[in-house]
Amino acid sequence: MDKQDMLKQERNAAWRKELRDKIKNKERTGFTRVEMPEADPVERSRSYVEVNRGLSAEEAVLEAQRCLDCANPTCIQGCPVEINIPKFIKNIERGEFLESAKVLKETSALPAVCGRVCPQEKQCEASCFYTQKLKKPAVAIGYLERFAADYERESGNISVPEVAESKNKKIACIGSGPAGLSFAGDMAKMGYDVTVFEALHQIGGVLKYGIPEFRLPNDVVDVEIENLRKMGVKFETNFIVGKTATFEDLKEEGFEAFFVGSGAGLPRFMGIPGENLVGILSSNEYLTRVNLMEANKEETDTPILKGRRVAVIGGGNTAMDSVRTALRLGAEKAMIIYRRSEEEMPARVEEIKHAKEEGVEFLNLQNPIEYIGDAKGYVRQVRVQRMELGEPDASGRRRPVPVEGSEYLLDVDTVVVSVGVSPNPLIPQSVPDLKTTDWSTLVVEEDSLQTSVPLMFAGGDIVRGGATVILAMGDGRKAAKAMDEKLSGVAKSEVAAENK
Amino acid sequence: MNKVVSKEFFSENVVRLEIEAPRIAKARRAGHFVILRVDEKGERIPLTIAGSDVAKGTITLVIQRVGVTSRKLAELEPGDVIADLVGPLGQATEVKKVGTILACGGGVGVAPLLPIVEASKKAGNRVISIIAARSKDLIILEDQIREYSDEVIVMTDDGSYGEKGLITEGMEKVIYREKVDEAVIIGPAIMMKFASEVTRKYEIPSIASLNTIMVDGTGMCGACRVTVDGKTKFVCVDGPEFDAHKVDFDEMLMRLGGYKDFEKDANERYLNNQK
Repeated sequence: MDKQDMLKQERNAAWRKELRDKIKNKERTGFTRVEMPEADPVERSRSYVEVNRGLSAEEAVLEAQRCLDCANPTCIQGCPVEINIPKFIKNIERGEFLESAKVLKETSALPAVCGRVCPQEKQCEASCFYTQKLKKPAVAIGYLERFAADYERESGNISVPEVAESKNKKIACIGSGPAGLSFAGDMAKMGYDVTVFEALHQIGGVLKYGIPEFRLPNDVVDVEIENLRKMGVKFETNFIVGKTATFEDLKEEGFEAFFVGSGAGLPRFMGIPGENLVGILSSNEYLTRVNLMEANKEETDTPILKGRRVAVIGGGNTAMDSVRTALRLGAEKAMIIYRRSEEEMPARVEEIKHAKEEGVEFLNLQNPIEYIGDAKGYVRQVRVQRMELGEPDASGRRRPVPVEGSEYLLDVDTVVVSVGVSPNPLIPQSVPDLKTTDWSTLVVEEDSLQTSVPLMFAGGDIVRGGATVILAMGDGRKAAKAMDEKLSGVAKSEVAAENK
Repeated sequence: MNKVVSKEFFSENVVRLEIEAPRIAKARRAGHFVILRVDEKGERIPLTIAGSDVAKGTITLVIQRVGVTSRKLAELEPGDVIADLVGPLGQATEVKKVGTILACGGGVGVAPLLPIVEASKKAGNRVISIIAARSKDLIILEDQIREYSDEVIVMTDDGSYGEKGLITEGMEKVIYREKVDEAVIIGPAIMMKFASEVTRKYEIPSIASLNTIMVDGTGMCGACRVTVDGKTKFVCVDGPEFDAHKVDFDEMLMRLGGYKDFEKDANERYLNNQK
């Protein structure tokens, strides 16, 4: 049975019909979209409490009632891991919250994470019937996903997805970020013996070192990782494939296939004068010190420069995370310097809004061109140039053009450079046969995500460059499916050969 | 894993730890380093691998007590476990037969120099080693260096052992006397700066092994960045060894001082808590 038929059949379940009959569509579309309760901006900007507080059960049920349980649920197509959205939402509407969480886990290894950090406004919610046809605010799919996952976690009644009979095949997953975890979850479900190798001392990749506590608490990530462990996924930290052991070593140890999800961790700098002064850090360093090393806490050994006047260069989510972290470390002034206008900012609208509420200043259409330090080498000022928008460039966004004679000096004592990342070179360095693009990303076949090396698949930022958590997870799923097909195919032909 | 197998004090503040790490022991080459985190509250610090025993599955690290983490390490006893240890990291030393190699080690820099001296000798080079320190009690691994060197010169600032004077004086003496084809320089940043100036003057190709601040050690943060030949490089993935004549040592010294106040405070806090 194909996916469409399956969805149709599930939609025809008696309970779903009953729910649809209970409230008329007209009435449903009349309800207003729920608002996410948030921590007070002043209080939260000086603490690490999670900003979004989550929906109550009552709020979740009301919001779930807005979903029309469409015959053709376009929302699912907007989700990179194809969560069965109507099914999980209708379970919330009927009060079966644990059942709803189970539906999420059919396709997503990290629902509590996705519910928090996915840009739903560009994905599932952009494809919702409300957005597409009614020109009304979409059903709050992200909030509801988070609700179901949080409810299950807090209930202490976490279900572990069913795992198929063991296939006795060892698979290596390189990197424990969203791509790797999603891949590992799917492979474990299919009965493979998966080991995830992680270079850092903690599992989770960007979910741990990058995204701050006030957006994604580490405990939430750990519970989802624990769930993967319960499904039989093994984790090895402090293990750099290519360095601690080579691919050849792992093959000798019985690993039959590889998934590379090592991400795009290499920070870019702008190459302008003074950029190596003390107090100028990449956002990766800044966020790693706080999120992974907990440098904000007295009792830990990792230090961090707690700037008074902090400038963050860039307009993406990482820039927002950095500038809001600066506030929480006690900055008097925390600024975003971005060379285009707010409209072109790649950060989520919600993150920009939160940053503004907390007191972040936005210096849009401005660009640093030089840093000036004191005698000891600490950064003290940045020379900023104003910009205006010119013709659209290759990306379709209007190109920022410097305004002659507009330069001025701005006092700063800490600068966080957040102008993008490049793929980590460690894996390509250690596998010479691996084909890479001019941007150092791995070359993969579009459908299968197979690299130029047989039985080595790849996904997430190592293939895409800096992208999103959910796209990485989608890649993990896709690669798992393709790898299974390949390995099953191999197994079948071996059986056939033996039978001859 | 990561269990301390043996411990030996070279002097009051310099300790040698042998740590169980079979995979790293097997994979490491001269020039490689590890990142470790001593306990759950610990920071990540880089240390060059001074040696390994593949049969025993151990690596050797030499640590000078200077701050909180090195103190914590020096207090470990055999049987204790280091929370996290990852490696081998960085690019290995390219050891070729070039003729006469001048191996210059300052302070605990002699520990990472040792595997390079050994490899250089085994590659058929004539190896002259100069090991230098402030005073006699900071001279380490002299016998091991002797084992793989054609000649060893020991220098101390205060003349308490070997010859009195800075490493640069010992270097110049050798350079006057005979042709040196290549120099390897490892030690405190300030020593590497001045030692490199000597070899630059005599146009001797030189490599230095840089010891910058690091966090992850895998290329994802850029804390360890230095300017080499006018370009920004990451010591952890592009290095740690670079052409010594192209390194901006002044910038490196400046960046090394970036957390000095934190380090001092943390150290004082730690010592007070110990009382």
